[in-house]
Amino acid sequence: MNGTSIDIRRRNFLKASAAVGGGLILGFYVPSRGAEIAAAQVPPPAVEPNAWIRIDSNGNITILVAKAEMGQGVYTSMPMLIAEELEVNWDKIRVAPAPAAPVYKHTVFGVQVTGGSTSVSSSWDQLRTVGATMREMLILTAAKQWGVAPETCQAKMGLVKHSASSREADYGSLAEQAAKMSVPQNVTLKDPKDFKIIGKAVPRLDTPEKIDGSGLFGLDVRILDMLIAVVARSPVFGGTVKSIKDDQAKKIPGVKIVAQVPTGIVVAADDFWSAKQGRDALEIVWEEGEGAQLSTEALREQYAELAKAPGAVAHKEGDAGQALSGAAKQLEGVYEVPYLAHACMEPLNCVVDLREDRCEIWTGTQFQGGDQNAAAAVAGLQPEQVKINTMLLGGGFGRRANPHSDFVVEAVQVAKALKKPVKVIWTREDDMRGGYYRPLWYSKLAAGLDEEGKPVAWTHRIVGQSIIAGTAFEEAMIQNGIDGASVEGAADLPYAIPNLLVDLHSPKNLVPVQWWRSVGHSHTGFVVESFIDELAAAAGKDPYEFRRNLLAAHPRHLGVLELVAKQAGWGQAPPAGRSRGLSVHASFGSWVAQVAEVSVDKNGQISVHRVVCAVDCGRVVNPDTVKAQMESGIIFGLSAALFGEITLKGGRVEQSNFHDYPVVRLDESPEVDVHIVPSSERPTGVGEPGTPPIAAAVANAVFAATGARVRRLPMTADRVKEAMKAM
Amino acid sequence: MIKLNVNGKDYAVDVSSEVPLLWVIRDHLQLTGTKFGCGMSLCGACTVHVDGEATRSCVTPVGDVAGKKIVTIEGLPPDLGNPLQTAWTAEEVPQCGYCQPGQIMAAAALLALNPKPEDAEIDDAMSGNICRCGTYPRIRRAIHLAAKTTSARGEQ
Ligand code: FES
Ligand code: FES
Repeated sequence: MNGTSIDIRRRNFLKASAAVGGGLILGFYVPSRGAEIAAAQVPPPAVEPNAWIRIDSNGNITILVAKAEMGQGVYTSMPMLIAEELEVNWDKIRVAPAPAAPVYKHTVFGVQVTGGSTSVSSSWDQLRTVGATMREMLILTAAKQWGVAPETCQAKMGLVKHSASSREADYGSLAEQAAKMSVPQNVTLKDPKDFKIIGKAVPRLDTPEKIDGSGLFGLDVRILDMLIAVVARSPVFGGTVKSIKDDQAKKIPGVKIVAQVPTGIVVAADDFWSAKQGRDALEIVWEEGEGAQLSTEALREQYAELAKAPGAVAHKEGDAGQALSGAAKQLEGVYEVPYLAHACMEPLNCVVDLREDRCEIWTGTQFQGGDQNAAAAVAGLQPEQVKINTMLLGGGFGRRANPHSDFVVEAVQVAKALKKPVKVIWTREDDMRGGYYRPLWYSKLAAGLDEEGKPVAWTHRIVGQSIIAGTAFEEAMIQNGIDGASVEGAADLPYAIPNLLVDLHSPKNLVPVQWWRSVGHSHTGFVVESFIDELAAAAGKDPYEFRRNLLAAHPRHLGVLELVAKQAGWGQAPPAGRSRGLSVHASFGSWVAQVAEVSVDKNGQISVHRVVCAVDCGRVVNPDTVKAQMESGIIFGLSAALFGEITLKGGRVEQSNFHDYPVVRLDESPEVDVHIVPSSERPTGVGEPGTPPIAAAVANAVFAATGARVRRLPMTADRVKEAMKAM
Repeated sequence: MIKLNVNGKDYAVDVSSEVPLLWVIRDHLQLTGTKFGCGMSLCGACTVHVDGEATRSCVTPVGDVAGKKIVTIEGLPPDLGNPLQTAWTAEEVPQCGYCQPGQIMAAAALLALNPKPEDAEIDDAMSGNICRCGTYPRIRRAIHLAAKTTSARGEQ
């Protein structure tokens, strides 16, 4: 492939400005994950740039990003794409959150309107284009100064050179003049074989501030005259305040204001502890409403009942019913997974400064665009009067991209009620009980094998709440009764089975649900990869060979499967006392296969010792980030596989903190060994694809160890023991 | 007034003695490197040193630590902090980073007591610190690396 010529179709995608204190600034737009989801169907609104690259007159290069860094490494991978084309050494690059200084508003915000391009793979082109454009502007500037043809100049390591006349100029000295140029509309991108930065494990740029305590998360923000508030919310979903007695609360020293907001009663004080004491002293009677009827057990029964009747068809091939009844061998299985909380390490929080003509917000959000609109609606302002400062996120996992902007909207309502700048803090209990869970899913499957053990039919009926239903995206994203995110990873079953039927019921209830790291794949990865393992066992085949034979038409599935088998030593005896389980699942454009090495004691207690992972995510921008994201996705998925469960009783969430919603700790964490399939395809996702396969890999290893099939998550010792007894 | 010594500096804070140390550090002293994660001694995000011992500040009444030597991530002495922070960087430990001040404070207290910990000892000392981003394998490696560099320096 030769260097690609990129034509910038949206004229205002890039715009140059003079930097404060001299130098060059280019502003551009980087979509957030939430915006990608939305923009898949909805045309993107005109947006302000949310990232800038700045070269000052000293040659310092800073990339200013108003996009969420939540651990996934975007503060490093984004600058890598730019630096590659800009031709600068990595150690010259700094990254910083875009500042909120008014001066930026005038020079950049105010002037520019850019059209958002909106997918991960397009930022692959987009960001390289930003770097290349800046490089061209610097070259053109130098060429003009020297009176030579730009084509005879070269950019290298932060310098523009003209070898014929042995002249060179550093970027810093050119920046100020470059800022006066119009932005070139056509730039040439590098041939990948010339990449010097992309593909290397360059050091993350955000590490220093994360190891010395200086990095500022939303919770760390302090603004002038700010009160700190906590909100007493209804103990059941949909409940409202019936009556309130707050005289004791008001007596707590430090408590300044007690007020009613749509979500409950807010107590605001000088500091968190006083606010919390104040809240503890409130006496509230709630009008609980029908939410009080909710219980996990009733929902499971309701879903099982629903699963008896056909649902909306998500995928159909051949005649599964007929093939099933004619099959030599038939299998059935019911799989269940619970509601899950994201349990980000940093509980939700949001700082709001609401004035008559503007509203400024500081928070860790994945969804600036949606939050801005929602905040404007509540504040009675135009979106452009709302400024969002994206702080570091102490974990996101989907929770901080809320389709209703719940925690931002509430904080603006609080600021409105208090008429004071405020930081709303959620305690861990508030966060865990606040809803927006990964939905509870019920799956009923059946399959038929022929005489040789080849699958001839597969049916999969899925029951669970739609995440998109009831949001602004519903109309665009639910088609023929199918929310694609409910069936992703199931409707696109890769295995060669001639008769297929996948259908869906999307019951509604009051439990708020949301995307949770890997969304629909978080349940389908477990269900599909467990059931295919059941088929392999029923056919008397090795789980690896069985999958391989059915994946002949899917080379990238095969690639990760073969790599993981080789690296895990599949086919050789595992270490004494351990058993292996395998799974493979594609999501977010990437392919991931995993082998888990586990042991199970007689009480059903699972230990996961080692996980080998193979990933194909196209061309690798930063191999260490890919590895880190696989490790992270696996351990996140393992918490759900072994422990995670939100349950309801009498409408109340039964869990509240890490003692009753345990997550994997260091002593329970396996070794993780990640291998990357080399590829020159476009880069694809890495933040989520590590999560879907792990639960099945562990469940399949438990089967290999004990002969017991655990079909319900989490795989607590009790459930494993029960499954062992049932054999 | 409660008298506190934090990172070598003396403070007098006007709070009641039951207020958890965490909120005095964060809200009154405005040192925000120490994080809030659970408030129940379950996650380790709020770990500080009190007279050298790793302590969960979210459940420590401030009255109990008056007059003691309190150290937060901002004041971690270089002889303890540097080898760990260097190792953390070399192993690219942090993801979202929220838990990391607490992890480093717990690791520093461990190495101060036990300069060459075995895996099981690391498990013991570090299992009270949750990381939702799953940086555990790297934390383990980084502690070994820091132990190695510290002891190499000690032997010189
Ligand atoms: S906040 Fe103190 S242990 Fe979690
Ligand atoms: S790095 Fe995110 S919680 Fe540990």
